[in-house]
Amino acid sequence: MHELAITVIGPDRSGIVADVSEALAEVGANLTDSTMTRLRGHFAMTLICNGLSSQDAERALGPLATGGLIATVRPVEPEVDEAPAGEPYLVSVHGADRLGIVAAVTRVVAAAGGNITDLTTRLTGPLYLLVAEVDVPPGTADDLGERLAVVAAELDVDVSLRRSDSEIL
Amino acid sequence: MRKVVTAPAAVLSTPGAEVDACDPGIVELAGELVAIMRASPGCVGLAAPQIGVSAQVFCVDVTGHPKAATTHGEFVLCNAKIIEASRWRPGREGCMSVPDLTGDVRRAARIVVEAVRPGTGEPVTITTDAFEARALQHEIDHCAGKLFLDRVAGAHAVYQRKVYL
Repeated sequence: MHELAITVIGPDRSGIVADVSEALAEVGANLTDSTMTRLRGHFAMTLICNGLSSQDAERALGPLATGGLIATVRPVEPEVDEAPAGEPYLVSVHGADRLGIVAAVTRVVAAAGGNITDLTTRLTGPLYLLVAEVDVPPGTADDLGERLAVVAAELDVDVSLRRSDSEIL
Repeated sequence: MRKVVTAPAAVLSTPGAEVDACDPGIVELAGELVAIMRASPGCVGLAAPQIGVSAQVFCVDVTGHPKAATTHGEFVLCNAKIIEASRWRPGREGCMSVPDLTGDVRRAARIVVEAVRPGTGEPVTITTDAFEARALQHEIDHCAGKLFLDRVAGAHAVYQRKVYL
């Protein structure tokens, strides 16, 4: 069964999640994984759902455009179950805001074979912060740490790489 | 009175030097830290780098805080080192040097810290827990050039601060 990847973004207001999820529910969409958050006054939703065609989803979300919400719909292949390939690490980067921090740091992670599974950035005043969760190939974290230190020095930002706590009860 | 330095600032990212606790300048610094902590609502600790001085000196006072268990009142420590740390727990932290963000940080809920007192240079060992332990670890991090941002528990463990004390 195919799935749909849907994004919705627009100026934040009360009721966006209710409006979007209601419109989708009315055409039989089953929401599976999603993230929904506010980014500098815009509300952004990224979600995977199944149980309907992309045409139905587009038709259901169409009327929301009048309220300033921009929606995209596209069919995607279901996830293939794979065991995590790496060890879980966290990267924090903070410093004065400047062009290209995310690009430079994530390029280093990618070049080392790391896979970013979650990432948040925040700009507050002059301070730029990046926190990323990264799956790192076993045994390569020290090397990645050294490479990150080099790029951090070039960007004049602070970087830390540390093992993520994995507490399983 | 010196102002609190906010990130990004090089002094907050630089490991502080060990100090001569008997140096009159350090005693003065200790007094200044306490005075600024007292003048800052909600402040439970302040480290020298936060007022622009790269040195291993900080003050703490968690008296009356609802999350505190053991408390040692108001005190200033120099060259503090964590000797033992156990019972790791998550908790929310803020910082006067990162005024717009808070974050979830895992810290030891029981620690033993060795340090010296300013003025006398008297060695001191402090065993504490809960919120005072968290405050000590946060300040010792400042003295090592680290912020709580370097220890947040995940990509979704950073929050825009909603309440300013």
